[in-house]
Amino acid sequence: MTDFSAIVPMLCVTLAALAVMGAEACRAKGEDLPLGGLGIVGLAGAAAGAVLLWNRNAASFGVIVADNFGLFVTLVLVAVGVLTIMFSAPVVRRDGLPAGDYYALILFSIAGMIMMACANDLLVVFIALEILSIAVYVLTGIRRDDPRATEAAFKYFLLGAFSSAFFLYGIAFTYGLSGSTRLDRIGAYLAAQALSDNPLILVGLGFLLVGFAFKISAVPFHMWTPDAYEGAPAIVTGFMSTGVKTAAFAAFARVFLSAFEPFSGEWAPMVWLLAVATMILGTVVGVAQSNLKRMLAYSSIAHGGYLLVGLIAANDVGKAAILFYLAAYAITNLAAFGVIALLGARDQANDELRDYAGLWHTRPALAALMTVCLLSLGGLPPTAGFIGKWYVFSAAVSAGYYGLAVIGVLTSVISVFFYLRVVVMMYMTDRPAPVAAAPASGLGMAALVASIVAILALGVLPTPVLNLAVASIATIF
Amino acid sequence: MLTLSWVLPLAGALALLVIGNADGRRDGVIRWLTLLVTVATFGVTLAIWAGFDSASADFQFVERAAWIPAFGIDYYVGVDGVSLLLVVLTAFLSPIALLSSWGAIERKVKEFSIFMLALEAAMIGVFISLDLFLFYVFWDAMLVPMYFLIGIWGYDQRIYAAIKFLLYTMAGSVLMLVAILGLAWLHNDANGAYSFDLLRLYTLEIAPETQRWFFLAFTVAFAIKVPLFPFHTWLPDAHVQAPTAGSVILAGVLLKMGTYGLLRFSFPLFPDAAAYFAPMLALLAVVGIIYGALVAMVQPDMKKLVAYSSVSHLGFVVLGICAMNVQGVEGAIYQMLAHGVTTGGLFLLVGMLSDRRHTRLISEFGGLKAVMPRLTAVFMIITLASIGLPGLNGFIGEFLIMLGAFRWDPRFVVFAGLGVILSAVYMLWMFQRVYYGEVTHEENAKLPDLVPREWAAAVPLCAVAVVMGIFPTLFLRPMEASVEALISRVQARQNLRVERLERPERPERPERPERPERPER
Repeated sequence: MTDFSAIVPMLCVTLAALAVMGAEACRAKGEDLPLGGLGIVGLAGAAAGAVLLWNRNAASFGVIVADNFGLFVTLVLVAVGVLTIMFSAPVVRRDGLPAGDYYALILFSIAGMIMMACANDLLVVFIALEILSIAVYVLTGIRRDDPRATEAAFKYFLLGAFSSAFFLYGIAFTYGLSGSTRLDRIGAYLAAQALSDNPLILVGLGFLLVGFAFKISAVPFHMWTPDAYEGAPAIVTGFMSTGVKTAAFAAFARVFLSAFEPFSGEWAPMVWLLAVATMILGTVVGVAQSNLKRMLAYSSIAHGGYLLVGLIAANDVGKAAILFYLAAYAITNLAAFGVIALLGARDQANDELRDYAGLWHTRPALAALMTVCLLSLGGLPPTAGFIGKWYVFSAAVSAGYYGLAVIGVLTSVISVFFYLRVVVMMYMTDRPAPVAAAPASGLGMAALVASIVAILALGVLPTPVLNLAVASIATIF
Repeated sequence: MLTLSWVLPLAGALALLVIGNADGRRDGVIRWLTLLVTVATFGVTLAIWAGFDSASADFQFVERAAWIPAFGIDYYVGVDGVSLLLVVLTAFLSPIALLSSWGAIERKVKEFSIFMLALEAAMIGVFISLDLFLFYVFWDAMLVPMYFLIGIWGYDQRIYAAIKFLLYTMAGSVLMLVAILGLAWLHNDANGAYSFDLLRLYTLEIAPETQRWFFLAFTVAFAIKVPLFPFHTWLPDAHVQAPTAGSVILAGVLLKMGTYGLLRFSFPLFPDAAAYFAPMLALLAVVGIIYGALVAMVQPDMKKLVAYSSVSHLGFVVLGICAMNVQGVEGAIYQMLAHGVTTGGLFLLVGMLSDRRHTRLISEFGGLKAVMPRLTAVFMIITLASIGLPGLNGFIGEFLIMLGAFRWDPRFVVFAGLGVILSAVYMLWMFQRVYYGEVTHEENAKLPDLVPREWAAAVPLCAVAVVMGIFPTLFLRPMEASVEALISRVQARQNLRVERLERPERPERPERPERPERPER
């Protein structure tokens, strides 16, 4: 009998998604069903499953492994999902989005993300990638009456399909050489054979790298990101900039640090270049943005660069740093987009920088919460973002990459500049804010407060999560 | 006890957060509550001073608890003679700064008070941290409230000044962060475990080449904060644009963090690099002394004048530190305290003038002596203290620094001495133009003199300036043991390396000196 336990988390989420679809189908017209609540139940099930599977190293079908690394990422993704649903509740009602489709797509993509984080086979990684990507393409364009959203969805889809092809090509090359798509077998094969002079393996490696780089929007494969992030509804942007990135990074780290570990000498310089370009371009171009969503898009590109720093270090510190950084970044970025979403109105997105002028006077609580998010994104203590940056750069330093660390910290200073532009707008301009949205919903505010508490808790007392991250990388690789 | 000294203001800030004050109805309560918290904090620091054992060079009131064990990061605080009085100074200036802005801050009083208290907590934290990670957290966390204080309650160019302040300081400090990580990693290499414990890192053997890089990373961060020429350009902007309370804290405490950092981290952690770079630093310091004084002389704006005078005065402090002998270092610490009191006081008094007239231009005043004799008297005392008149606090520090620097390298002292003369020129000239002569502007004829609230802020400053001038031993005694320990730590490690390299003698630096004679007062 096959062991099914490893797929329990993604099963829970998938079942919840199916339930949402079913409920939507049976819904009487005009009836208001708590579809988001169903989703949260499913996510809670996934979280419970992940906790129970902790330290068990379960594996199903040989291609899905529920090791601690995957489970840690699963928990982060569940948190992302729960927060997204809480932020979405008022937005869906306000913007008149199709609730059933919306929640089902969110849940399906989370199922795909969890699968991606736990996949131990390149083909399964690819399937998971497609599951989550297709759901997110649709989510991007879910406001069908908005031409910008449609354009964004189309762009995202085309470039995403393009990158999937690259990825698949990389899988094919790897399979052709090693005779397997299972990560452990590839790793064993590559370690045993001296293939470093074989150009084909480098081609396969390069294609896989391009595929991942697209998904984590590393420069120069980031072109789709600003447009897609700007066009999508704010909360969907928050969801994809955190969830997709978390899942993609988990798979990236797993593939490159297990199967292709023997070739770290070959890929490290390539990723080094990617990381440097990503950090520099993300921050420098971010400075020039006047749209908040676009600005945060570039900021999330830059954060991808910092995560790559952890990957390059390729030691235990780096692996744990990636996990911690993902958790800190996911919560912070999602909360920032949550604020944007809560401030939007049906016919007006209110996402230009000038819309935030004097927000402090009209909505002091939201302004304060946004400030904490921005400080955390900028990596100032005492927030989660600071500990994350510190962790990533200590990984770089411990692996001897001083140059990378210096570039990283300097770009993070530049990024502080544009985060502060928002703060300046909110606090230091006396014009009253044109943002006149209805008072924020209770659920949205609850999600926001929960995220802020988490950000500060991770910043002041990071030890529990840090230890969890360290424990997560102990079992694999 | 030490924990209480920074947790108390922080708790005050958090308590204010929950007080509802949407319509400004509770402004009065909030002001008094904030003042109460800062005074109580001052009380705590005085108690720490009272319980401090001057004979010991060790860190006292040490508290330690594991914080992030995976990286050997502890919550680890303690004071020694170097930091003790700086903590007291911080807690002393905070209530005065609050008094200075009692009436000037009219909007968002609650938020202002929260930021002031948060700032005080972070500043005290910087001075008491013995764990480099903890230190860095406080160091960076301090920027945020200061940024808001300048940016929200400052004058018309406030946003530019606030951002410049924050980016300048951060750019320096992130490089320090990399060096801190590097140190912890070197410790891991040598001893098999990460550690951010300052005392343990003191004993780490670091290759001279590495030392130089790390020294530069640390020192640039501190030099920006000091600010050492040519890193000073943020300072006039920030000082001038900040509200009075912000200027008082900036000048009084924040700048001292730079020199404190040099003394606590740069020099003892990297003694070889320090010996290598000390002449260059001293050169920059002397350039800063002269340059700051010359620029101060031509300023039309009083606040800017005082700001540039800080560049000059802090140059003395750096010079004293570079000398790395007992007189130099003690003089540097003394000058840090004295400068905190006098320059804080100058900003306070200039703030009083600008509250009354809403201008800080010297040319807008004149003949104020007849209008407000009491303010004139107070201003006179602080001005003379700032110049370094014997009998007031500025003299002792400058004298000791020059004594120390002379024993090290007399050439620097010749030029630094010029700075003393120049400081008399620009300060007295400003004083003359503002207070003497005829009343040139109608509006000035009816300015009110000091009110009780302003007395409450000004009198302690004058009193301390006089006490520090007449009884320097009171303040020098607690630092003696620690300073000697510091110097011997720096020199012992330098000598150790010299022996290992079998170099016969190191020419740059004299033997460790005996205790100097105190200037008798």
